[in-house]
Amino acid sequence: MAQAAIELIGINKSFGAVRANRDINLEIARGTIHGIVGENGAGKSTLMSILYGFYQADSGEIRVGGQPAAIKTPNDAIALGIGMVHQHFMLVDNFSVLENVILGAESDALLKKSIAKARSELERLEREYGLEVDPDAIIEELPVGLQQRVEILKALYRGAEILILDEPTGVLTPAEADHLFRILKQLKNQGKTVVLITHKLREIMDITDTVSVMRQGTMVATRETAKTTVEELAELMVGRRVLLRVEKGEAEAGGVKLAVKNLTVKDTRGVTMVDDISFDIRAGEIVGIAGVAGNGQSELLEAISGIRRAVSGSVMLDGKPIDLTGAADPGELRDRGLAHVPEDRHHVGLVLAFEENENSILGYHDDPRYLKGPFLNIDAIRNDAKDKIAKYDIRPTDCRLKTANFSGGNQQKIVLAREMEQDPGVLIVGQPTRGVDVGAIEFIHKRLIAMRDQGKAVLVVSVELDEIRSLSDRILVMFAGRIVGERGPEATEGELGLLMAGVEHQEAAE
Amino acid sequence: MDVFNAIVQTLDSTIRLSVPLLLACLAGLYSERAGIFDIGLEGKMLVGAFAGAAAASVFHSAFLGLGMAILISVAFAMIHGFASITHRGNQIVSGVAINFIAAGSTIILGQAWFQQGGRTPALQPGERFEAIIWPGADAIHDVPIIGPIYAELLSGHSILVYLAFLMVPFTWWVLFRTRFGLRLRAVGENPAAVDTAGISVAWLRYRALICTGILTGIAGAYLSMVQNGGFVKDMTAGKGYIALAALIFAKWKPVNAMFACLLFGFLDALSIRLQGSPLPIIGKVPVQFMQALPYILTVILLAGFIGKAIPPRAGGVPYVKER
Repeated sequence: MAQAAIELIGINKSFGAVRANRDINLEIARGTIHGIVGENGAGKSTLMSILYGFYQADSGEIRVGGQPAAIKTPNDAIALGIGMVHQHFMLVDNFSVLENVILGAESDALLKKSIAKARSELERLEREYGLEVDPDAIIEELPVGLQQRVEILKALYRGAEILILDEPTGVLTPAEADHLFRILKQLKNQGKTVVLITHKLREIMDITDTVSVMRQGTMVATRETAKTTVEELAELMVGRRVLLRVEKGEAEAGGVKLAVKNLTVKDTRGVTMVDDISFDIRAGEIVGIAGVAGNGQSELLEAISGIRRAVSGSVMLDGKPIDLTGAADPGELRDRGLAHVPEDRHHVGLVLAFEENENSILGYHDDPRYLKGPFLNIDAIRNDAKDKIAKYDIRPTDCRLKTANFSGGNQQKIVLAREMEQDPGVLIVGQPTRGVDVGAIEFIHKRLIAMRDQGKAVLVVSVELDEIRSLSDRILVMFAGRIVGERGPEATEGELGLLMAGVEHQEAAE
Repeated sequence: MDVFNAIVQTLDSTIRLSVPLLLACLAGLYSERAGIFDIGLEGKMLVGAFAGAAAASVFHSAFLGLGMAILISVAFAMIHGFASITHRGNQIVSGVAINFIAAGSTIILGQAWFQQGGRTPALQPGERFEAIIWPGADAIHDVPIIGPIYAELLSGHSILVYLAFLMVPFTWWVLFRTRFGLRLRAVGENPAAVDTAGISVAWLRYRALICTGILTGIAGAYLSMVQNGGFVKDMTAGKGYIALAALIFAKWKPVNAMFACLLFGFLDALSIRLQGSPLPIIGKVPVQFMQALPYILTVILLAGFIGKAIPPRAGGVPYVKER
């Protein structure tokens, strides 16, 4: 085994009563890619923040390259060759790439030398690692994948030998993620050490050499990636056996519930995002829409759920048309039995500053069950929220807690509980498990299949191919606003991947 | 020729009237670019004006007066920093409090020290900043066109006027060509980026506020030691707020700020000039209307003509390390 780049010995950290890290021991070998997995709140990010000097451990020792290191500020970490790519990028959006790279590492007060040095350094890094970015581009005009590359460049510019990446693929498209992994492998080949924090087990299996699992603030295991399996890691993370692929029987599809015909939708800039799409969803089946993010799935969802105006085409719900001119209000659609779990739960699905019980009736507050005359029936609302908390295993179980204080998975359960418990005939779900833990994914998938088995029509849009394959009875693939193929659940990943990349589509067009 | 002279005179007073606005506006630019809203420009100018006039009158020195104005104004800026940076208080509340403290304390101390109803003693020659006459100004005064422009418009202002206008390119240079400026702009947009780059957010913001305090101090000294021959209570008369409006109008850019302040100064000069004199077509306009004109135009300009003004993104939000 190679020499250790980093050793953490007996690290403890508490925030008030919460013990975020308990007695953590970890050894990261030089020149390897080391994965750290765990559910949200398992303490991964806290541990890495301690390593980067953002927080200080209550007790314990850090050794870098075999030497004990006192890391009190990010400056100390940078000086020791530790660089970090944060989950939420630490970039100044209206600065150029160059300005972001030199910020904090400028050698002279008038910046002349710093800028010249940064330009030549960026050229060198581009040559060595294939990290190509225009140094004069403004950050906010760059796609997310490139912004992340700037973060990596920032770390390398400061001489990082050890690079920590916190959930780097959460915001990336699959193609961007692949590119990132190629860069990370390149870094490893050049002798750098990479620490990858994630809760996506697939990534761990694809790219890491070693993987450590955290659960509830403790380090539960470290494995060689080649000698472990996704199932074992999932079990270590959650602490019990997890079904990564939920069992389900054959679909017993009934009559058509939702019929989309020749639907065309444009975005706010006037670009056609949904181009003449037609499909049906029948009672008792789950239809999955696969595709790389940005190929019109979001606009399709918004048009069907009455949030976005359609240019042409029709959508029939139970044989009656939905008004697509923008006059339809989502509340009316809800009354007609169409429930919508939006893709972006933070901005569309929830009011994060509200209490949990308020969010659990959001949009249904006119329902007589929640009213007492013209007033809200607070007791009924809270009791209703408590029922949902119990039924959907939402944690913590306090319905008076601010929604922002729930984890991503539990927030998603709040939205799902709200929409599913209205017993809709048609359920439309965007990204059902984005940013959700393994354990909660299993639960959400089971619920969606239960809905199907009750004879509901379910439409799932997801960029996670595994999820689409595991849930759907029929899979539609969207590319550039069109449906480029329909496959059964037995379709292989490679087959769907080609469709998602538009390959078959182009061949057909020729 | 009368019309020409009237225009030159109006422009001359435009310059004089826009100086305190410009200094305050640039002061606000430093703090807001660093992410600290500063509604207390008004108060800092006022304490600067008082401290300047009081010190100049007691020590018989204009420069000691200026120094004291800057010192006290910076001290008030530090109070704002202590409340809103160190203790992460609400920046608007802190700024309003500073304005109240300034308005009250200047009158009380003025009365206690000088017993002239809150005024400071009238400044004698040598205690004020005198006009600087450029070489040859008298000689070419009577040359048509060039003469009045040189002698009245350019020459014959106090050193603080020239200083204020020199601060415009200087501020631009500091913000966009120096390390300090790069960091200052960064901390106003995304303090977390600055923090993770290993720079102290608090110290950076304190330094920005020191710049603000120096400039509001000079603005105050200009009011009481150049424009006026001593301190009069509430002599800032809302200039700090107009400066804030000009800052938004200028979209937080130094050169724009100069033009915005000149525009507001011009409106002010125009309203003084036109008081009592009948306008063509409309006839005589009430004095009150002319006095209100700059404010009415401010509202119209701010509401309709500036397009989208995007403030520094982290403005007004105390920086707290996220967990």
